[in-house]
Amino acid sequence: MTNVAMNPAKKFQQIYRSDRHIWRLIIMILLWLTFMAITRFQRFYTLLNFQTMAAQFPEFGLMSLGVMICMITGGIDLSVVGVANLTSILMAYLLINLTTATSALPGFAIPLVFFLAILLGATFGLFNGLLISKFHIPPILATMGSGELFTGICLALTNGNAVSRFSRTYANTINNRIFDLIPVQLIIFIIMAFLIWFLLSKTVFGTKLYLLGTSEKAAKFSGLNNTVLLLKTYMLSSICAALGGMIMLANYNSARADYGTVYTLQCVLIVVLGGVNPIGGKGKISGVLLAIVLLRLLETGLNRFPNISSYYISLIWGSVLILVMVLNYFTEHKRTVSFKKSSIARRSK
Amino acid sequence: MKSTTALFIKKISKRNEPYVFLVLLGLCILIEIRSGQFFSSNNLVDIASALIVPGLFAIGAFLVIISGGIDVSFPALASLSVYATTKYLLDINYQGGVWAAILMALAIGALLGAFNGIFIGYFKLPALIVTLGSSSVFRGIMQGALNSRQLTIIPQGMRNWGTSSLFIARNPVSGLTSRMPVAFVVFLVVLLFVFFLMRYTMFGRSIYAIGGSELSAHSSGFNVVRTKIIMYTMVGMIASLAGVIRVCMMQQAHPTNMLGMEMNIIAGVVLGGTAITGGRGTLLGCMLGTLLIVIVENSLILLGIPTSWKSVFTGALIIIGTGVSSYQVILMNRIKKKNNPNKEAA
Repeated sequence: MTNVAMNPAKKFQQIYRSDRHIWRLIIMILLWLTFMAITRFQRFYTLLNFQTMAAQFPEFGLMSLGVMICMITGGIDLSVVGVANLTSILMAYLLINLTTATSALPGFAIPLVFFLAILLGATFGLFNGLLISKFHIPPILATMGSGELFTGICLALTNGNAVSRFSRTYANTINNRIFDLIPVQLIIFIIMAFLIWFLLSKTVFGTKLYLLGTSEKAAKFSGLNNTVLLLKTYMLSSICAALGGMIMLANYNSARADYGTVYTLQCVLIVVLGGVNPIGGKGKISGVLLAIVLLRLLETGLNRFPNISSYYISLIWGSVLILVMVLNYFTEHKRTVSFKKSSIARRSK
Repeated sequence: MKSTTALFIKKISKRNEPYVFLVLLGLCILIEIRSGQFFSSNNLVDIASALIVPGLFAIGAFLVIISGGIDVSFPALASLSVYATTKYLLDINYQGGVWAAILMALAIGALLGAFNGIFIGYFKLPALIVTLGSSSVFRGIMQGALNSRQLTIIPQGMRNWGTSSLFIARNPVSGLTSRMPVAFVVFLVVLLFVFFLMRYTMFGRSIYAIGGSELSAHSSGFNVVRTKIIMYTMVGMIASLAGVIRVCMMQQAHPTNMLGMEMNIIAGVVLGGTAITGGRGTLLGCMLGTLLIVIVENSLILLGIPTSWKSVFTGALIIIGTGVSSYQVILMNRIKKKNNPNKEAA
């Protein structure tokens, strides 16, 4: 009965069973790292390689965090890329105006653009949230429409051209490495991830979100203000997306309406792979973080094999997603006796 | 007599199709006033031929949405099956008619559709996730394993079929001519077939039943798993057919230019009054919605609006369209509540 009496194998089994999904992701990452160590040790395990990866993933990582919060409430945010691009284009115009004749930026410029980006993100999120909570448009449609609208505004503003020619200082600052070791992008990402982790697991707001995702009706009858909750959720999601846009602006040193169009579905993919239930109410940030890391490692690792087409990554990515879902199906199947009935009841909710 | 008309108006005002139709009509008249070119014969034929591929995709998306799922994989599915078909026919230097291409693409499409169907139907995984994953897989197979690149030459049979026309419309004013492709007949046949299927067969009704409530459908004796697998197989075939038609009409096979169409197609279907939660919607509404999207995409230029504004209009259309229909539901519930508060409380 006691934990002390358990043999190590059983103890491990217990730890594994406590959160199968997270452990499965960790095992996959470890397997891949081992595989890379055996085949391409020298070209993969370098400091520079890991620094590059850490600078690359925050842009879609931030967007995935946004999608995750929405999915926990049972919604989805398909407008993240639109929000990111619109923010980065508007901020790029501002930076052009701020750039002095000697192509430098005044000291207050970078904090200012970040502050404004957060404000813009909050505004776009408020728009999404109003559509969803006040007009009761299903989230998938509301954010699909607003995403299209934001992208459209980007196209109309820029005519589809890239906005650049602002001071390089911005890109240099964001691409900097603190102590020559940690990329700034990673720090922004870690701050946001920490904030969201704190909100989800340490505050009442987080608990309310999970309740809202589990059952909207129950949340309403428990006296929660669903409208305000949804507004906050979508604002937070769009702020994440706007910050992702600011990192894209630095990584490309320009802004364009069609940057990162593949990220929309990729973010959903990451979030689901991270163990967030698309019906809502379930999911942890740790799973999503692992899924982001797994994606980056897979993609970068595959690039170390020049004779394998990089297009195989989408094949692997899709198969991993479906595989994980099928594995979940089998573990659930074992656990519930009358699976068929319960699963149909669950899905027809 | 008067009461029946009133009843009819009352009944019809609760549906989405009349509103979409009115918006469509208003837009057409606006374009006609601004440019005088909209109702010219060649423009109408152009729009009809531009409707073929999105229309076929929309029929597939409609079936899936009615069943309570959502499919984002159909562009990747169509691209893969039509690319594989074209490549194979080119490799064996095939000289025959278009039938081989269509049959082969249908077979591949059925296979890929069944792949979706098995995961969604048998394993009961959420449709959005399965189709996201499978669209990734299809794209990976096409670009990685088949090493796809743009094929500028397509087999003779497909080329001839793509250029053959039912009739040619000629604009007496501008002298421009437009062809009505033979593929339009295929589109009409599929449309009629699905209309009949959804309306008069047990299979079609079971799709509606599953979308309404899967549990109830199961309890009332519908075979949910089988229906879903057959339906996704069918959707795969319809999407592949659209892919073949597109390649034939464009006279070249471009592996990636169909990708990214899914959002606009789904938007069109939903705009026509199909409930995204499933179980409700008509094929007529779906076609009207798709037509609206196609006209917005193709005819803004006639209004003197630069094409870079296209997405602004589609986005606004989706938000307003879905907003109005969602708001109607709220209003209706409020009126119901006001009329019989006791019933609501019980």
